[in-house]
Amino acid sequence: MSRIARRFEQLRDRGRTALIPFVTAGDPRPEVTVPLMHSMVAAGADLIELGVPFSDPMADGPVIQRASERALAKGTSLAEVLRMVEGFREQDADTPIILMGYLNPIEAMGAAAFCRQARSAGLDGALIVDLPPEEGRGLVETMRSSKLDLVYLLAPTSTETRIELVGKVASGFVYYVSVKGVTGAGHLDMDAVAEKVGLIKSFIPLPVGVGFGIKDAASAARVAQIADAVIVGSAIVGRVESLAETPERIPDVIADFLAGLRGAIDAVDAASSPTPRLD
Amino acid sequence: MATSADDSHAKRVRSDRDGVYALPDGQGHFGPYGGLFVPETLMHPLEELRAAYEASIADPGFQAEMDADLRDYVGRPSALYHAERWSRELGGAQLFLKREDLNHTGAHKVNNTIGQALLARRMGKTRLIAETGAGQHGVATATVAARLGLECVVYMGEVDIARQEANVYRMRLLGAEVISVKSGSRTLKDALNEAMRDWVTNVDDTFYIIGTVAGPHPYPAMVRDFQSVIGREARAQMLERTGRLPDLLVACVGGGSNAIGLFYPFLADHEVAIHGVEAAGDGLQTDRHAAPLCAGRPGVLHGNRTYLMQDANGQITETHSISAGLDYPGVGPEHAWLKDSGRAHYAAVTDEEALHAFHQLTRTEGIIPALESSHALAYAGRLASTMDRDRTILVNLSGRGDKDMHTVARHEGLVL
Repeated sequence: MSRIARRFEQLRDRGRTALIPFVTAGDPRPEVTVPLMHSMVAAGADLIELGVPFSDPMADGPVIQRASERALAKGTSLAEVLRMVEGFREQDADTPIILMGYLNPIEAMGAAAFCRQARSAGLDGALIVDLPPEEGRGLVETMRSSKLDLVYLLAPTSTETRIELVGKVASGFVYYVSVKGVTGAGHLDMDAVAEKVGLIKSFIPLPVGVGFGIKDAASAARVAQIADAVIVGSAIVGRVESLAETPERIPDVIADFLAGLRGAIDAVDAASSPTPRLD
Repeated sequence: MATSADDSHAKRVRSDRDGVYALPDGQGHFGPYGGLFVPETLMHPLEELRAAYEASIADPGFQAEMDADLRDYVGRPSALYHAERWSRELGGAQLFLKREDLNHTGAHKVNNTIGQALLARRMGKTRLIAETGAGQHGVATATVAARLGLECVVYMGEVDIARQEANVYRMRLLGAEVISVKSGSRTLKDALNEAMRDWVTNVDDTFYIIGTVAGPHPYPAMVRDFQSVIGREARAQMLERTGRLPDLLVACVGGGSNAIGLFYPFLADHEVAIHGVEAAGDGLQTDRHAAPLCAGRPGVLHGNRTYLMQDANGQITETHSISAGLDYPGVGPEHAWLKDSGRAHYAAVTDEEALHAFHQLTRTEGIIPALESSHALAYAGRLASTMDRDRTILVNLSGRGDKDMHTVARHEGLVL
């Protein structure tokens, strides 16, 4: 069983909704990332999404674009991100980490080299934004044989046929993009999200995380009522940006923010039925 | 003129596909290139677009409407011109120019925007978006939007806005909103990123008119099909004028839509050599150029796999060309395939060589070419001077140079 599957099983047994923060690796500078990851775990993160900076992040809004530019300006390569994962693993053997990014840096490294280095660094999986299930057969197979989970996106535009297709290749969990738009966009229509999450669960037996548009404790609590995981990105990255000149404060400020989300999610979990949630 | 307006486009596209080669495959692959590398949100909309496109090209009503627009609104067929004086000056092969510069809006771009805008209307979309580099595709999109009464938003890099101010004004006159893109290198690639972001956000009512043969499937095939009118006409015109096919084709390649438009109907004519010309900027030995086929390597950007300008870590690198329309780090996937298969050859010419050809054509023929097209002219001139006088070269004169007056003047130390 993968570290991600094990983590979701533990959460289900405890009736706890996962909190998954996203940060761009190397933003605003590389030495911040590993301490930030540890502080997020201490504040209640159950899994971490580490963004791999890319020069042309076409699915990202301005907040994460700027984070990528800051990280690239400090020379954060994919190899450097994997070294951060390795550094994190020296003190934390349990918290799953997935990379989130675009295909080209992985192709430039090569599928075999990426999987080998990722595996030895202690990475658990990847979400490749511009790799739909129709493409990348070679990389997908290499990841699978390296026991790396491949997390896929689903969107409001995903048809039942597409949900089924993603269900055939996804592992770990699936990530439902709750709004049409780029990261950091929009506001959530909870009824529509709940309906789609229900549809996804009728096709795919994996946990469903919901991201995009979660900005604060209130929106996190609403999503916790319908999803297995609450994914928060731009709201964190925007706070990192505002502290770019005082990076030593970043781990504590982000931990405070996450602790607030965690509290709101825990309150929802406590109020809901004690029966296991992921059947 | 051998090309007649009642020759249905659908029939032509189908026979082209059957007669030349059956690429791309159902998922948009040209060998290892092309494909569909986009976020999940766009996968179903792209499938809808593919289905609507295929239904349209099979529909005689759509074809008739497009053929009438190309004839009456664009002014097709465009002329084929024998540049006799320039040929004499070079002292070699005879140069023939396919005059896409004479089209309405001044470049080949409108061939494609006419087709995509009619498709948008057919799909019930009310808002058109586009990216633009030199501004020619933006103008061509704004033009058809005005004519069809559709809302239009054009994304353009801040750097390009500064060097193509006349086209920015034209787009605004036509009623388009021009949005300045300030991210990344602030040129064409960033405009494309921003247009993709708009499309992901507004996919219900918005049609994204991509201006070149790049992007996710079906764009490379669809734009090729719309631009192939160039090569179909030129092939018939050359046969009529000279009694045979040209020995050589030359076209400039940024994303590569004017080049594919010329090349595609000649692909099965193996006696015709095909040359695409990229922008070498300050020179291929410098890092200031925009020549992914000549000096890049394959990767994935903007929805397709193709040759890219990138560093060792897979980050896309900044490009340079004096011509905004060639200043792009990728290239259409079909060109990548044509290069690898050996059917087409790709070379690059520098800013200086392009400027030299710009002046040469202007002075000898009274035709002011676009700086993009000047790259093709420079390379064609180089080849012509090594060939016998009874040989022929067909060059795609993809656009006119009015938009480049400021750039050329500035290069010579003048301010207009």
